Parts: sequence; structure tokens; C-alpha cells
Amino acid sequence: MRKAALLAVHELAKRDPRVVFVGSDITKQNLEKFAAEFPDRYFMEGIYEQHIIGMCAGLAMSGKIPYLNTIATCLTRRCYEQVLIDLCLHELPVRLLGSGGGTVYAPLGPTHLANEDIAIMRAIPNMTVVAPCDADEMKRVMMQSLDWHGPLYIRIAKGGDKVVSSDVRGFKIGEAIPMREGKDVLLVSTGITTQVALDAADLLSKDGLTATVLHVHTLKPFDTARVLRYAAQARAVLTIEEHTLVGGLGSAVAETLMDAGKGGVPFVRLGFPDVFTEELGSQAEIMGKYGLTSANLAAKAKQLLSK
Amino acid sequence: MEQRALIDSRGKDHRRLILQMLVGSGRGHVGAALSVMEIVRVLYDDILRVNPQNPQWPERDRFIFSKGHGCLALYVMLAEKGFFPKDELMRSCHFGSRLGGHPESRKTPGVEASTGALGHGLSIGVGCALAARIDKKDWRTFVLIGDGESNEGSVWEAALSAGKHRLANLTVLVDYNKFQSYGPSKDIQDLEPFADKWRSFGFAVREVDGHDVPTLRETLLATPFDAAKPSVLICHTVKGKGFKTTEHNADWHHKAKVKPEELQALLQELEVAL
Ligand SMILES: Cc1ncc(C[n+]2csc(CCOP(=O)(O)OP(=O)(O)O)c2C)c(N)n1
Repeated sequence: MRKAALLAVHELAKRDPRVVFVGSDITKQNLEKFAAEFPDRYFMEGIYEQHIIGMCAGLAMSGKIPYLNTIATCLTRRCYEQVLIDLCLHELPVRLLGSGGGTVYAPLGPTHLANEDIAIMRAIPNMTVVAPCDADEMKRVMMQSLDWHGPLYIRIAKGGDKVVSSDVRGFKIGEAIPMREGKDVLLVSTGITTQVALDAADLLSKDGLTATVLHVHTLKPFDTARVLRYAAQARAVLTIEEHTLVGGLGSAVAETLMDAGKGGVPFVRLGFPDVFTEELGSQAEIMGKYGLTSANLAAKAKQLLSK
Repeated sequence: MEQRALIDSRGKDHRRLILQMLVGSGRGHVGAALSVMEIVRVLYDDILRVNPQNPQWPERDRFIFSKGHGCLALYVMLAEKGFFPKDELMRSCHFGSRLGGHPESRKTPGVEASTGALGHGLSIGVGCALAARIDKKDWRTFVLIGDGESNEGSVWEAALSAGKHRLANLTVLVDYNKFQSYGPSKDIQDLEPFADKWRSFGFAVREVDGHDVPTLRETLLATPFDAAKPSVLICHTVKGKGFKTTEHNADWHHKAKVKPEELQALLQELEVAL
């Protein structure tokens, strides 16, 4: 997914002279071509995230469209004030590419897990937050990012994820995508949990239950209209995210339902509880421990439907 | 370096305005504004290439007022140059005003960046200077920071980066009044050897009496001090400069609800030469 993102930045740079790339001491991989072709628009900077956010703000104030890539935690937590003031208050077109969103860096421990990135980015006015589900979708996000107004945070998941998105369904930042439609239950997902939700829908179908899987790649602005439309057709709503339950996708769906007076629908959120996940191991193991699996999602859906 | 220069009559006019704004607005960071008044004046009089009729003119020089709390001085000069009507000065901070307790670029014509959280402006300035370089433009970037502000690590992150990129189109002005919010910097976080710090980060350094208008002008006209380095001008100033009561007085860092008799006494102080 990171590869798709970085190669896309190079494509965009060829198209538009405003595009600049800024990295913070990251690997050369997938950047060599950009660096060779546009050395004056390529910046490999030090490990000072506060500074590079401000620097990108200055570049954007002066007509550039900076794409900034480093580790998601460093890009969100370390420089939160710079993101809020320098980028969002000024409404500048800076694109933050956060590597290792969620628990991708599971073996590296809690310092490296971006489990609250969506919540804290979503809390800032003018910010746009996108979590693509696979590398193909990452490419679509990137191509649209060029002309997107204001700052954009793009959560990069681990590499080599199964491709579940397709061009046929189209892609627009801010518009949730129904990946399949059913009449019994609505599964709302974002990022790579869309793969999990699709697998859960398969499991449910074995029990004769049909599920809608609504892939909410854009967490902000939130597509309340589609969430409400598909929720209205379902007997139960479940959300699943690789993120804390505090302020992420599940919160946004709950807010949407309550605000619209639709809070009565049976509803369950899957995500990380309000703890530091300390287990190490792999992303899959951590997600498994906290029930972010297709089996658990399908089981929870059946429980809700049988109530 | 000592600060010895006297305040001239225009400097006194500016200070009267700052006091009036303080009363009109109900509050303000007086000490910080009085400290930078001459720096800001010389920038707008003699250095910055700006166009008050077209604040967004793409070829303008960028001035990032990083120590945002000192904005009363900035507003005085912006109004004087015609970026907005002078009568707006007296309503700053009020509901619906375009002038806030900290400068905001999306509200106030002529303000380049929204500042107030210390330690942001120099990084923004580095980005502006890099953009000018990419585009091969000759507009320049100036950033005004405080000495207390220079406690922030982000200032030194930006300094590292400016040095690395050899941004000769970037000039940093430090308001070195050796005072911050609580009191004297030496009691809080001494910065000495300050000039050496900047030098070691790759800057060409000069020092000046920050209230000495002719010397400030002459020195700033000589920027860049080195054709291959960013410049820093360390301006030795007095926090609260111009009134005996406010100089080096932490009570006047931020002041609200100034009483009429206090105002009168201050205006009197201004009459006696300082
Ligand atoms: C990040 C941040 N921390 C704290 C403050 C509160 N604050 C405002 S001004 C100030 C002192 C600044 O000192 P200096 O830069 O020397 O400016 P001076 O007022 O002395 O001119 C402080 C601590 C702030 N605005 N931003």
C-alpha cells in the first residue's frame, strides 16, 4: 500500500509541478525515481516531525502541494499542534501519508501503534481522513488527492493486503462504498477491516443471512447519508475498525444514528478497547485477541439478529 | 550588547497607539509588543516588499510573526501601511473583530501566518523559503521569534533545517529582551551563548540594538549576511520598552483591564525621554 502511495506521488509530480515530496528519514524504496527526476522537489529531511509539518505548511502557503510520508504515529501524535494549527487552521493542501496505520507495527510495541490516529485527526476542523482498504484503492485516493481542498491524512496499512476493491465501484473521497448488499445486517468497516467484513459476510451467507458491507474509506467528512440509508434497510448494524473504540468509525456511526433518531437499531462496535495493546506478535494476532476477525464479527452479527 | 537607543517621536506615537489599543481591546501582551516595535517598523518601512492594496501579491516578501502574542506592534504597522483602517485597532479582540489577541492570516489582511502557539513560525518560514527557491523567485522570507520562544525544540529543529538547506533567502530576527512570561530568562532558561548557538546551526549572525532604528535599517539592508547561509539578527531589546513602569516587569507581560489613571500615568512617563 505504501508502495502504491509513493509511486503515485511520482505520477502526480509528473502531472503537476506543484507536487513536492517530503520524507522524514525513511527508506529510499519506491522513491528513487522521484528523487532522480525531480531533485528540486524532493526533500529527505531529518527526524523532526514538528518542523516538517510547519515546513510543509510554508511550502503549501507558497503554492506547493506537499506529500509527506513517515510513520503514522510520528505524523499524528508527535506534531499534533503543528497539524492542527499550521495545516488545518490554515486549510492547506498538505497530504500526510501515515505508514503503519493501526497495528501494522505490532512487533515493535505500543510506541509504534497508531490505534488512535483516526480519532485525533478526525477531531480537527478542516481535516480529511481516509483509510483505504488495499493498494488499488490507495492509488485511487492518491489520484484524487491532487485537487482535494485542504489537509488530508491517509492511513497506510500493511503491504500485500488482499485486493478487494475494484474500479467498477468507482471511488470518491467522502463517499462510502457498498461492497456488497444484503437485507439482514449492515457491516460498516474502514481500512483493511473491510476485508474482514467481506469474509464475515461470506460466513453469514452460509447461515442464510445476507449482509451489506459498507466500506467507509473516508472517516471525515463522514458519509452520514449512506450510513443512514443502509442502516435503515438492516435489522442490525455492526462496525469494525483496527482502531480504538474511542472516537473512530464506530463512534462516528453511533453519532450518526443517534443524531438522526435511529439509535434504536441493534448495534455493536468492534475495535480496540481503551487500553494499550501490549501483546506484540503480529497484526493478525493482536486483531485476533481483540476479536477483529471475520469469525467474531459474524458471530456477533448472529447474536444481534437472534435477540 | 547593551540596549541604549532612545525612543524617537514616531516610536512614542506607536506606543500611544499600543496603549490605546490595550484599553480598547481590554487586554493585550504589552511587553512583547513594546519590545519589537522598532523591529517591525523598520521591516515595514525599509525592508519588506509588500503591497497593502494586494496583500496576497505572489511576489511579496513573507513576514512570519512567530511570537504571535506581540501582535499589537504588528497591527500598528499594518494599519499604518494601509492594510486595514486604523479605527479597527481599537476593537481588537472584540466579538466580530478582524484583529485577534494573536494574529490570524485568514482574518487580518497582511498577516502571513496564524501564530500564537510559540515555536511554529520558523518552520513555516523554512517552507516558504524553500518554495521560493524551487520557483527561482527573488522574494524573501523574514521570521520574528522571541527569546523565550527559543526554548521550544521546534525552533532548533527549524534552525537545523534552515542551516542544512543554506537558505540565504531566509532571515530570522530574534527579539532578545532576555525576559519571558515569568521573569528574566536567566532564571528560567538561559540561552547564552546565544549567538554561538545560531552560528553552530549554520547561520550568519549579527547583533544589534533592537530599538536603534537607523542601525536596524542599515543592518537589515545588509541581509543576507552571507550569500550561502540563512541570516539571523539578534536584536537586543527591552521588554516593555518605553515606559518605566512596563520595562522588565512581568506584570506587564499580559495586561487586562488597564485603569484610566494607570493609562494617564503611563502617558506621562512617555513624555519624559526614555
Ligand atoms: C507553545 C506555547 N507555550 C506557551 C505559551 C504561553 N506564552 C505566551 S508568551 C510566553 C512567553 C514568551 O516569551 P518570549 O518569546 O521571550 O516573548 P516576550 O513576551 O518575552 O517578548 C509564553 C510562555 C504559548 N503561547 N505557546
